[in-house]
Amino acid sequence: MQILAQIAFILAFALGIGIFIRNIRRMIRNIKLGRETDLTDNPSERWGKMAKIALGQYKMVRRPVSGIVHVIVYLGFIIINIEVLEIIIDGIFGTHRIFAFAGEPYRYLIGAFEILALLVLVGVIIFWVRRNILNIRRFRAREITEWPKNDANYILYFEMVLMALFLVMNAADYQLQLNLAPHYAMASGEIAGAFPVSSALLPLLDGFSNSTLIIIERTAWWLHILGILFFLNYLYYSKHLHILLAFPNVYYSKIRPKAELDNIDAVTKEVQLMMDPNADPFAAPAETEGEEEGEPEKFGASDVFDLNRVQLLNAYTCTECGRCTDQCPANNTGKLLSPRKIMMDTRDRLEEVGENINKNGKFVDDGKQLLDDYILREELWACTTCQMCIEACPVGIDPMSIIVEMRRYLMMEQSAGPADLNNAMGNIENNGAPWPYNQMDRLNWANEN
Amino acid sequence: MAENIKVPTMAEYMAEGKQPEVLFWVGCSGSFDDRAKKITKAFVRLLNKANVDFAVLGTEESCTGDPAKRAGNEFLYQMQAAGNIEVLNGYEIKKIVTTCPHCFNIIKNEYPGLGGNYEVMHHTTFLKSLLDEGRLTVEGGKFKGKRITFHDPCYLGRGNDIYEAPRDLLRKLEVELVEMKRCKKDAMCCGAGGAQMFKEPEPGKEEVNVARTEQAIEVKPEVIAAGCPFCNTMMTDGVKAKNREDNIAVMDIAEMIANAEDL
Repeated sequence: MQILAQIAFILAFALGIGIFIRNIRRMIRNIKLGRETDLTDNPSERWGKMAKIALGQYKMVRRPVSGIVHVIVYLGFIIINIEVLEIIIDGIFGTHRIFAFAGEPYRYLIGAFEILALLVLVGVIIFWVRRNILNIRRFRAREITEWPKNDANYILYFEMVLMALFLVMNAADYQLQLNLAPHYAMASGEIAGAFPVSSALLPLLDGFSNSTLIIIERTAWWLHILGILFFLNYLYYSKHLHILLAFPNVYYSKIRPKAELDNIDAVTKEVQLMMDPNADPFAAPAETEGEEEGEPEKFGASDVFDLNRVQLLNAYTCTECGRCTDQCPANNTGKLLSPRKIMMDTRDRLEEVGENINKNGKFVDDGKQLLDDYILREELWACTTCQMCIEACPVGIDPMSIIVEMRRYLMMEQSAGPADLNNAMGNIENNGAPWPYNQMDRLNWANEN
Repeated sequence: MAENIKVPTMAEYMAEGKQPEVLFWVGCSGSFDDRAKKITKAFVRLLNKANVDFAVLGTEESCTGDPAKRAGNEFLYQMQAAGNIEVLNGYEIKKIVTTCPHCFNIIKNEYPGLGGNYEVMHHTTFLKSLLDEGRLTVEGGKFKGKRITFHDPCYLGRGNDIYEAPRDLLRKLEVELVEMKRCKKDAMCCGAGGAQMFKEPEPGKEEVNVARTEQAIEVKPEVIAAGCPFCNTMMTDGVKAKNREDNIAVMDIAEMIANAEDL
């Protein structure tokens, strides 16, 4: 019987990890659909930023209520996972609390887990109340449609159930140890672990026989570990990937001044050619010889393939918290633009492309793209490039770069800018200012009264 | 009132075989916009007073390409940048000061990749350095004790992490500096950035500049201090939209310092 349980555990564990690895590989494959970008610079600064912002939750606490509750849930999540290590070893070898030999430190550890589990439970309930009862603007936005809303709540329910199972498991275990049940009680007669929180549940278990208690303990134990394995695999389908991706995402996030945009190298080459008085205009094709043959480089982005890999990683990392949208000046004044929606759309489109590849072996044109089918031009043109979204994001996402990249496509590939903007562009081109003034009048101010 | 400001050009310096201490990049707004021209002149008066050896490009200056780049027209931006860099490098310019955070950002951060490497300063940082070096003195004057709030320009503050230089200047004016709820890193945009200045806004329930002005009005300032000609326009329009132009002024910090001194 025991050996069957061990085999079942090993199978479930292998299956859970296996599916998880398959999904992560798919995610990496999808991210690699994006353009390569060199981010090997400044590793020490990047590690430092990761330590401060991802590990240290520095930006989370800029909003104290959600920030502090998040820190509790985050710490609980990380620390309680030490216990999962013991659960896995016990599951494989059929042992009972394998680390209990450590004695006193073990008791402190288990006691700390219990207190954290309780805090996490309370924290998650606070999150649920914020999301469902309090009227918080960022949780009621246009892009928080049925699935994103349910997804967020499923995660909260999940964490509540996991914490409850953990405490019930401990309570039954504790009672079994008190009853000196074989396999549970330690030979030394000491109690394995300390149960400051779950001991409060003991009255509920009063009068149960050892066999009933074992059923309760085993059921809670199994549901808890199976729940964790399920949760691990739910991540890929939910907004919750940030618990893993926040770290690489912050590492690869922008370390240059936020206002700085990249220069497109292909444009630089063309401009140099145009400015070079010695260049032979008919020799242009020779310039590209030696490089790989192919279509001329596309400027800007109309689909996920045109974005770079960091932008696609950003999309998978987004937790849809909406801090960006909450401070976006366009969104604040009722415009259609929401930086969070830019990230959600990018991920949805990338997932659609990924599914297409899963099904067909390679991407087969589906007649859709990120522009227009997901992100509307009206959204793109409402951006003031104020970088508030970049500043607000607790995990270093840069929605503005995607907006600019898509504007580049509209302007340079489609000549589809708003008419008044095109006038300004014409003025810059013709007379060196966005307004129709003559460049020769540029110093007139010095002589005016 | 007759102005007597000295505005030498790089061409004149070149003819005399001289190199100025710093190039003043005036920008399109500072050259052509009636409101912004006042900021330009106020800054020049301060430069003259501090005996700063400066020059402007004058008719050789052209748009940096910022609105084009932010609108997505990288090609036009790089054409502008290439032209400007050729002029700047031709004059062997080392140091640039500008009253426009957009010009400041693009020359400082985006021109280097195209061969334009200069030390670039925003005028508030430059004025601060003049004070620190004792070349310019600022005293309270007519703004002493007045309630002032500073609106952080995105391209100076959040974009380039400069928050203190403009505030230090205001403190020198001995004003009562009050901060808006959204300030510094969290400051709300005036609505002009990203080439919005040159187009109609998308449909919404409110204009960005009016929303930002409301936030400023909440802290009951006598003056909304600005550090960007576009912010200045937007906030001025916002104050007008709220019918508060009689008791709230929108002024660039350079103008405040110049006015305090009755320059």
